[in-house]
Amino acid sequence: MVEDLAEPQQGAPLLLRIEAVVRKFGAFRAVDGLSLDIHAGEFFALLGPSGCGKTTLLRMLAGFETPDEGRILLDGKDIAQMLPHQRPVNMMFQNYALFPHLTVSDNIAFGLKRMGMPRPQIEMRVAEMLTLLKLDGLQARKPDQLSGGQKQRVALARALARRPRLLLLDEPLAALDKKLRESTQLELMELQRRLGMTFVIVTHDQEEAMTVADRIGVMDAGRLEQVATPRQLYEEPASRWVAEFVGDINIFEGQPGSREASRLIVSTRDAGAIAVAQPAQPVTRSTVCVAIRPEKVKLSRRGPVSDMVNAHSINRLEGVVTDVSYLGGVTSYKVKLDSGAILRSSMANTARIDIDSYHASQRVVAWFTPDDCVVLEQ
Amino acid sequence: MTARRIFTRPARLAVIIPYAWMLLFFLVPFAFVLKISLSQPAIAQPPYSPVFDLAQGLATLKAAAELSLDNFRLLLTDSLYIFSYLRSVAVAALSTSILLLIGYPVAYGMARLPQRWQAVAMMLVIVPFWTSFLIRVYAWINILQHDGLLNKMLLALHVISQPMVWLSTDAAMYLGMVYSYLPFMILPLYASLAKMDSALLEAAADLGASRLQTFWLVTFPLSLPGAIAGVLLCFIPIVGEFVVPDLLAGSDSLMIGQTLWLEFFSNKDWPVASAAAVVLLLVLVVPLVFYDRLQRRQLEAAR
Repeated sequence: MVEDLAEPQQGAPLLLRIEAVVRKFGAFRAVDGLSLDIHAGEFFALLGPSGCGKTTLLRMLAGFETPDEGRILLDGKDIAQMLPHQRPVNMMFQNYALFPHLTVSDNIAFGLKRMGMPRPQIEMRVAEMLTLLKLDGLQARKPDQLSGGQKQRVALARALARRPRLLLLDEPLAALDKKLRESTQLELMELQRRLGMTFVIVTHDQEEAMTVADRIGVMDAGRLEQVATPRQLYEEPASRWVAEFVGDINIFEGQPGSREASRLIVSTRDAGAIAVAQPAQPVTRSTVCVAIRPEKVKLSRRGPVSDMVNAHSINRLEGVVTDVSYLGGVTSYKVKLDSGAILRSSMANTARIDIDSYHASQRVVAWFTPDDCVVLEQ
Repeated sequence: MTARRIFTRPARLAVIIPYAWMLLFFLVPFAFVLKISLSQPAIAQPPYSPVFDLAQGLATLKAAAELSLDNFRLLLTDSLYIFSYLRSVAVAALSTSILLLIGYPVAYGMARLPQRWQAVAMMLVIVPFWTSFLIRVYAWINILQHDGLLNKMLLALHVISQPMVWLSTDAAMYLGMVYSYLPFMILPLYASLAKMDSALLEAAADLGASRLQTFWLVTFPLSLPGAIAGVLLCFIPIVGEFVVPDLLAGSDSLMIGQTLWLEFFSNKDWPVASAAAVVLLLVLVVPLVFYDRLQRRQLEAAR
C-alpha cells in the first residue's frame, strides 16, 4: 500500500502545544519549562534516560499530573487542569494495567461504555478492535490467560477503542522480548499510519524511538535537548550530550583554527589537527568538540587510496588496534591512537570471508572525511 | 524430574505437618463428638452410655446397629434449638453486615494512607489483641452498666436525665461483636486493597470513569476476595460465639453457643450437646463448600 507509506505532510495542522510547562516535586523540577508542538497524525517519541522527566510529561498530557506552570493546548483548548476522564486522550500503560476481573472484550468496551455509546455500537467497535489487533478468538479470556504479546495488544485495543485525539504510550514494548518488540514496533507504525492518529510514545530505547517515530524529542533534566527527525538527531546532534546519548560517538575537544576553502581546522590534543566541514552556523566559542560516529571511521593498513577526491583533506590518524568485537553484521574496533586516546571504529562485514580484517595489536591507519565530522559547541 | 526434586524430604515433612495437625486436633476430637452425639444420655461418669466400645470386640458391631439418631431428631423438633440456630445465624449475619460497612471504609482509608502511616494504622488495628479478649468484653460491661461510664457521661452532658439500660440488650451484644471482630474484617480487606495496582485506577480514569465509577467498576470487584475472606472470618466464629452474648446480651433468647454450654454443663446432656455441635459444624461447612465450589467453577469457566 503505497499511500500508507507517505510521509506525514509538513503542513499538518497543529494538534498539541505544550507551553513552558513546569512540574515540581518539592524542590525537584521534573519538567522544567518545556515547550513543544506536536502535529496531527504525527508519531512523536520522547526519548531520554530514566528520571529525565519524560514520563512526568506524558502523565501531564494524560491528566495524572497537573503542571505547576504553563499551558497544554489540545486543539487550541487548555487541558492542563482537566481531569483525566474528561480528556479526549488515552494512554497505554507501561505494564498494560488491564482490569484483571474483566474479559478481553470487557476491557476494550470499558472506555466505550463510559462514553455512553449504545450497546450495538459498542459490540461493533469491540469486534473491529479485536480484528484490527489480531485478537479474534480471545475475547472471552481474562488478562492472566494471555501471553505478554497478547496483553500488549489488548492494552493497545483498549486505548484505541475510544478513537482518542491523542494516544499516549508509556514504554509500551518494554516488557516484550527483543524479537517480539521489533515486530511489534513495525505493527505499531503501520497501525498509526492506517488510523491516521497522533501517537506520543515515551521510551528510553533509542533504537525503538528511531524505528517508530517521525520526530524525536530528546529530554534531559526536565528539558528538551533537541527535537528532530531520527536522521537529524543522529547525524546532526545539537549538543555533545545528545551526540553521546544517541548512539556511539568519538569526541575530540579542540580549538577552532584556520579555514581552508570550505574546511575548518580544529586542533585537538588527542587527534591533532582535524579538518571538518564548515558548520552552517559560524563557530563562536574558543573550545569545540569534533564528533565522529564509529561507522564513519574506516581502518586500513596504509591509509586511504590517494586518487580519492580531496584526498589531501582526509583526516588520518595512526594507532594500534586494542580490541576487536565481532557483532555479526559489523565488527567494532578500538584503536589506541599514538596520543593515547581511544578511537572507535565499526565496519560492516560485507563479505562472508574477510581476509582483510584486523586483529589486536595490529598497527592501522584510521581515516574519515571532513564531511563525516560534526562540530559541537556545547 | 524437577517437580520431584522440589519435594525433598524436609519439604514433604512441611506438607505433612499441617495435615497431621488437622487430623490430631480436629478430626479425632470431632470423631469423639460424633460418637457421643450418637449415644444415649446416662447418669454416669461420663454422662452417656457409649454406643461402641472397641474393647468389646465383635460386640461393637452389634452395638453399632443400635446407633441412635434420637439426639438429632430432638434438635429438629425442639423449637429451643431451632430458635438458637436461627438467632445465631441472624446475629452473625447482622453483625457481619455492620462489620463490613464499618470495616470497608476503614480498610480503604488505611490503604490510601502514605506508606509510613499505613504501618501505624495497622498497629492501631492490632493493638487491642494485646489485651485478653475476655478482659476487653468485661471492660464493655463497665462502660455499659447502670452506673457505668456511658451513663455517667450522658448524665453529665445532660443528654439524659435518668440512667438508661444499655447492658443486657441486643444493642450491647452487637456492639461487643463488632468491637471484637473488627480487626478480622479490616485486615483481609486492607490486604486486598493495599496490593491493588494504582495504575488500574489511572487506567479507569483515563478511559472516562469518574471516581465513583472507578470505585464500583474496579476497586470494589477487585477487593471482593478480601471482603469474602473478612466475611467468613467474622461470620463463622460469630455463629458459635459464646462469650459476647453471654456477657452483654439479655438472657431471654440464646445463641447456639450458649445453648450448647447449657446442655453440657447445666443439663449434663452430652449427647444432645454433641449433636448440636455437629449440626452447628454442618451449618457452617455447607456455605463454605458451596462458596468453594462456586469459586472453582468460575476458575474453570475462565479457562
